Amino acid sequence: MPGFFVSGMHMHHWQPSASIDTLQLRAALLRRVREFFHERRVLEVETPLLSRAAITDPNLASAEVRLAGLADSFYLHTSPEFFMKRLLAAGSGDIWQACKVFRGAEQGQWHNPEFTMLEWYRLGFDHHVLMDEVAQLLRELVPGLAGEERLTYAEAFDRYAELDPFAATRDQLEAAVGRFGLDPAGLDRDALLDAIASHVVYPQLGHGGIAFVHAFPASQAALARLDDDPRCARRFEAFVNGVELANGFHELSDACEQRQRFEQENDRRKTAGLPQMPIDENLLAALEAGMPDCSGVAVGFDRVMVLAAGTGNISEAMTFGFDRI
Amino acid sequence: MSSYDTSQFRAGLKIMIDADPYTIVENEFVKPGKGQAFNRTRVRNLKTGRTLEKTFKSGEVFEAADVVDTDMQYLYFDGEMWHFMVPETFEQHAADANAVGENAKWLKEQDTCIVTLWNGVPLDVAPPNHVNLKVVETDPGLRGDTSGGGTKPAKLETGAVVKVPLFINEGEVLRVDTRTGEYVSRVKE
Repeated sequence: MPGFFVSGMHMHHWQPSASIDTLQLRAALLRRVREFFHERRVLEVETPLLSRAAITDPNLASAEVRLAGLADSFYLHTSPEFFMKRLLAAGSGDIWQACKVFRGAEQGQWHNPEFTMLEWYRLGFDHHVLMDEVAQLLRELVPGLAGEERLTYAEAFDRYAELDPFAATRDQLEAAVGRFGLDPAGLDRDALLDAIASHVVYPQLGHGGIAFVHAFPASQAALARLDDDPRCARRFEAFVNGVELANGFHELSDACEQRQRFEQENDRRKTAGLPQMPIDENLLAALEAGMPDCSGVAVGFDRVMVLAAGTGNISEAMTFGFDRI
Repeated sequence: MSSYDTSQFRAGLKIMIDADPYTIVENEFVKPGKGQAFNRTRVRNLKTGRTLEKTFKSGEVFEAADVVDTDMQYLYFDGEMWHFMVPETFEQHAADANAVGENAKWLKEQDTCIVTLWNGVPLDVAPPNHVNLKVVETDPGLRGDTSGGGTKPAKLETGAVVKVPLFINEGEVLRVDTRTGEYVSRVKE
């Protein structure tokens, strides 16, 4: 291939992965986001990217950081949630933030190890009211989102995978994943459900509009309250064109239960041969002091940009995708 | 022997799956929010030629398949095996009917082919995209005869039969596209 090769890098490597037009649109959308929350009197905050604690969820890998001269380990956050909840417990009122978050080993058309999370918390909202607000914001940022539908996790599975995610037997789930060539050995029930959701159910959601899925299985919602039906948690996700844009919860505020869930996650890490992660004792202390009843949501801002700008993948929606750093 | 994990997957990577060598055709990273991550792939079995859909748990590790494509000169057919030689090293390899398959009819002595070796044994033989072959048998072709759509069959020196224009005669050398099996042009050799 003709062209200059400097130290083995392609001649375009130094350039941004997004076009200048896309970057101008991105700046315009961020201005609109700021206006949106200002109008609603939601306070903009900035919380640290570094923490001494890490996320215990076995499906998330925290980036470890060594600071010169310090023996301790620090971690880059996978979401600003823990610090933001500490602010809520301190009486901040409604808060929002757009910040970089880091998730190891996640790279693809819709994943970049470093990406921008737009996250906010609303006192006194339940998750249904928060879904209304997510829909309002998405409509301001992405043109052409005409329809909206809301369905439970069970309804989505029933309609698109012909399965009852709560009652299906292990055999039925194994048969379902076999259809796309996944070996079910070593995968627990939630992993099988994740496979079916991501391969079969989610790709069919939100075409031409926004689809909200709520009432997730309780085992898949570590930071949410349980629903009236205790098999379900008050968690929701938003989809457009088969892509997951947002993940929200009516937040759990019971410190004991939260500690238990963190410990269970560390147990699952141990079983999977993954390292134990330090639990965020500051978060638990904040919950003990009392976090007001609220709902919170995290939106993948770069994915919203992909839809708004019409780029083919997430790298083209940010200045420098992971391949260009 | 080296190994790869799913984060290294890309089109063209050759790995072992269930004791067979495969090449990755497509790879997609899939992860539902806060859930288990997967790699959704289309892979081709290099032994059988079949392409299938496979999903793997992210982080799964695979043995690299010792599959190498090498340019080799076709030497001869001994009745059972087709013999090839790597020009620089004079190393010889014998490919069986499975490896050669339908391409037997395009092999002309001295032509350079791409031979895929798996653990040092020919797995697949790809002839050059175009070959020049002599016509050994064809009807004279009457002018104005459009009954065959303006073409007639011609048998070439390797046994391949292609459709050719009516003006082609026995003894002429033709350029043929091996991928489509179609006549391209006459060649002056």
